[in-house]
Amino acid sequence: MTETAMTELPKIETPKIEMQNVRKSFGAKHVLRGVDLTINRSESMVIIGGSGTGKSVLLKCIIGLITPDTGDIFVDGENTAGKRGKERELLLDKFGMLFQGGALFDSLLVWENVAFRLLHGARKLPRGEARAIAIAKLRRVGLKEDSADLFPAELSGGMQKRVGLARAIAAEPEIIFFDEPTTGLDPIMADVINDLIREIVVEMGVTAMTITHDMTSVRKIADRVAMIHDGLIHWCGPVAEIDSTDNPYIHQFVNGLADGPIEAVR
Amino acid sequence: MPILSVVHTFTASIGATVLWLCQTTGSLSSFAVSGLSHVFRPPYYPAEILRQLMRIGFFSLPVVGMTALFTGGALALQIYAGGSRFNAESVVPSIVAIGMTRELGPVLGGLMVAGRVSASIAAELGTMRVTEQIDALTTLSTNPMKYLVAPRLLAATIAMPILAFFGDIIGIMGGFLVGITRLDFNATTYIKTTYDFLEAGDVTSGMIKAAVFGFIIAMMGCYQGYNSGRGAQGVGRATTNAVVSASILILASNYILTEALFPA
Repeated sequence: MTETAMTELPKIETPKIEMQNVRKSFGAKHVLRGVDLTINRSESMVIIGGSGTGKSVLLKCIIGLITPDTGDIFVDGENTAGKRGKERELLLDKFGMLFQGGALFDSLLVWENVAFRLLHGARKLPRGEARAIAIAKLRRVGLKEDSADLFPAELSGGMQKRVGLARAIAAEPEIIFFDEPTTGLDPIMADVINDLIREIVVEMGVTAMTITHDMTSVRKIADRVAMIHDGLIHWCGPVAEIDSTDNPYIHQFVNGLADGPIEAVR
Repeated sequence: MPILSVVHTFTASIGATVLWLCQTTGSLSSFAVSGLSHVFRPPYYPAEILRQLMRIGFFSLPVVGMTALFTGGALALQIYAGGSRFNAESVVPSIVAIGMTRELGPVLGGLMVAGRVSASIAAELGTMRVTEQIDALTTLSTNPMKYLVAPRLLAATIAMPILAFFGDIIGIMGGFLVGITRLDFNATTYIKTTYDFLEAGDVTSGMIKAAVFGFIIAMMGCYQGYNSGRGAQGVGRATTNAVVSASILILASNYILTEALFPA
């Protein structure tokens, strides 16, 4: 009992994800120019910022789809740089990701998409078992069992998002990334997805990181908000403070103003 | 002064082309080595390999069969016309057989499959790249090189020799049909001559060539699709590049393989 408590103690202090001075350029274009960001355990962090400010690159750097030029990224206190093969797979096992367009595999059935990790990964299960879990996860995101045997192309945009969400949570990850979860959805469906995300994050106790420019999403999902502009984090704080802060970037973005420090091309 | 700038632009363009060529060769080689190494390292995806064998091999059979049938027929007519100039019409069966098995079966079959399969692989992987499906694979702890590239490389390298073998049979049959209906050959004599003159080496050399062509076809489709640019235009360009580069590499490697297999 005491032993468990002792081993758990330092874990509480370590942030789930920590980025230190992360920089990334594509040719002459400097997308990230020294990002420092800390995300605590079981916290829902939302990154806001205009299009093309480096939000997606930031997310992809953490998950290892893009290698940063300099800087360090720690997950559970472990540096993610240079991890390859099995080590990298173990790291990736901690993550689930909902892609902007769903990124469902169109050659596979809906349930095979959801159960992909359970059908292929290190924690491979028999097909029947994997299917049962997939159907349970589909139900959790509000889809009926009969959608399990359809192909993703046969589903509407909102349903594809739900399947993407089910796939992201299927293998019980510790960290979930949401890449613009409400983009392309009607306001009602967007609200349903926001609610679902919030419920799942709370229910599973996961660490969540969402990138969006939809302020309704921010208010629904976030515990803390970070504002990225021009490859730098300009403000980071609790969601309750986004309306009261005097940070000009946040003020302009939250209120959707054309005039302010963020240049808008007319 | 203007002359100097023209010279400058000219030399710069040569330099840029050479650099591009070196870069492409390098990235293609490292892609090939990586893809090939994943063929031999677990985990394997047997269901995926089987699916690709069906797609690349079985469904290419009609295209390869048709190509071989008509080529065999035309070959018989041409050799007859050529042979009759020095009263050697009787060489038709043996030359048709050698021509089909050593050269035309694998090369024309390879080119047809390049058009069909390279394009479809490039378009599929390109679309997967554009719609972030390849990134999604990585986040699901699955190496895309292993799951997408390795099964296609393996399936194409296995399927092409088999396709070439069937192409040989159908091509020789095409020559045979033209021989007995249009050129007044005796059916039994035609088959016997073919059988007597054809050596196992003719067929196996063609199949070795076909295996290399199969690898090239899948390789170029995967490489172009995997590194596809953004949007519909990017996928379109990847598809075109895959077919063109696979076809040229097939013809170039055919010459090298012929030199190696049948030294003068």
